[in-house]
Amino acid sequence: MTPALAVTDLEVVFDRFRALKGVSITVQPGESFGLVGESGSGKSTLLRAVAGLAPVASGTITLDGKPLGRRRDKAFYAKVQMVFQDPYGSLHPRQTVDRLLQEPLAVHGIGDGEKRIQRALDEVGLGAGFRFRYSHQLSGGQRQRVAIARALILEPSILLLDEPTSALDASVQAEVLNLLEQVRRDRALTFLMVSHDLAVVTHMCGRLAVMQNGEVVETLASPDLAAHRVEKDYTKRLLNASGGFVRDDDSSARSAHEA
Amino acid sequence: MSGGNLLEVEDLRVTFPTRTGKIEAVRGVSFALGRERLGIVGESGSGKSQTGRAIMGLTPPQAEVSAQKLAFDGRDLLSLPARERRALRGGRVAMILQDPKYSLDPVMTIGRQIVETLRTHEKVSKAEARERALDMLAAVQIRDPKRVFDLHPHEVSGGMGQRAMIAMMLIANPELMIADEPTSALDVTVQLDVLAILDRLVAERGMGLIFISHDLRLVSSFCDRVVVMYAGKVVEQLKASELSQAQHPYTRGLLDCMPKIGADRHPLPVLQRQAEWAL
Repeated sequence: MTPALAVTDLEVVFDRFRALKGVSITVQPGESFGLVGESGSGKSTLLRAVAGLAPVASGTITLDGKPLGRRRDKAFYAKVQMVFQDPYGSLHPRQTVDRLLQEPLAVHGIGDGEKRIQRALDEVGLGAGFRFRYSHQLSGGQRQRVAIARALILEPSILLLDEPTSALDASVQAEVLNLLEQVRRDRALTFLMVSHDLAVVTHMCGRLAVMQNGEVVETLASPDLAAHRVEKDYTKRLLNASGGFVRDDDSSARSAHEA
Repeated sequence: MSGGNLLEVEDLRVTFPTRTGKIEAVRGVSFALGRERLGIVGESGSGKSQTGRAIMGLTPPQAEVSAQKLAFDGRDLLSLPARERRALRGGRVAMILQDPKYSLDPVMTIGRQIVETLRTHEKVSKAEARERALDMLAAVQIRDPKRVFDLHPHEVSGGMGQRAMIAMMLIANPELMIADEPTSALDVTVQLDVLAILDRLVAERGMGLIFISHDLRLVSSFCDRVVVMYAGKVVEQLKASELSQAQHPYTRGLLDCMPKIGADRHPLPVLQRQAEWAL
């Protein structure tokens, strides 16, 4: 099977800093693939490199088997869309939801805007009542729904998700994650999702790559991660850390303090 | 037992006047704090940060703060003159903020900021202040205190910046520490290091700690007691160890809606907000 997205030996260099050091991943059509790691690990850079937003020094990115050049054409963006982390920064403050959703349609010269806007808004659980609101009149969760609607309106086959829920409250996060799963099922989408939250990634993705210092440390299936079948120490550390705070010498420290 | 409690809060209210009427950010919050770790948990807009700020005396001037009782070590904070309140702040009561990138002075070296805090609250010589600042940096497990002392905040990582912030807040030996999302801007592994430092120092010095966070699970693993806030009110207070037996549907919903590693739940349960929770 031709992978939907294949990244091979990708190097991204900012000035002299190597943000990605020979990264390779493959994502099959219909798969949901996660990227986890700490800040500075290069996970977002990898996503942005795929979207054509980072300076690629060497290496190849192929989409459905076809290598991508230095510049991304319109056809690429009709196929690959991105949802950004911060719903407060990624929507134009002086455009209504309607205007925001018109933009990609106008760029791509698509005619049946009316129908598509209605469908996209319905799909993300915002009724027609939200269509002529400005983004400051929406909550964080609603804004992220608009951002997802905007990504979906061109009917792409791949969504790049950069920490789509980390700016949201836990209860809103659950709603947005459910929504993303729903649209993935309905539209048979391929996801490439970045998150620092292991729980979110294992929930959303079948496979994931753990990144550190611009390199992929380990690629593994989510069930293996959940069962703690991991090979690298770094992955173990991340896994332990996501379990919450553990007091080592609990009893001794407390009794000393109470005495 | 007012003698045993470091802080007593009764019916605390914080109201912001706006063009369209008054907004009550905090609506009658009551709790007492001993020398323990208390977590205040809630989602954005629940009033958890405004509660912390009201105790600290950092509420914006246009807002009104009222309370039946807001007493620190038996002294009523609301009737205290501004000068005495200022002496308390940073001295006996300290606050750690979320992001060291914004809460440290960008044009002052880390060392100078720590020394400034110390010399504001204690009469010590410059040389002694420097010594104590270096000791404090070592206490928050900064490996090379002498080097970090002379660095500016932009030259250190987030985890290191937050340690410097903790050092600055602890240098005057506060009795009460309010930590408002102290680790939310940090990576998970760094987060635990910083918490471990905070935990040790709180235990060693017998401080009271108010840990404000949106992360119910992190708080329950770190604190002794948890106060859950919703829409400006306390909906539930419970021991952290008994979190799994929480009674209020909001607390249970909040716990339930987070994805867990190894739990295969599709779709995730969603919190159904009830209007009566906010009443």
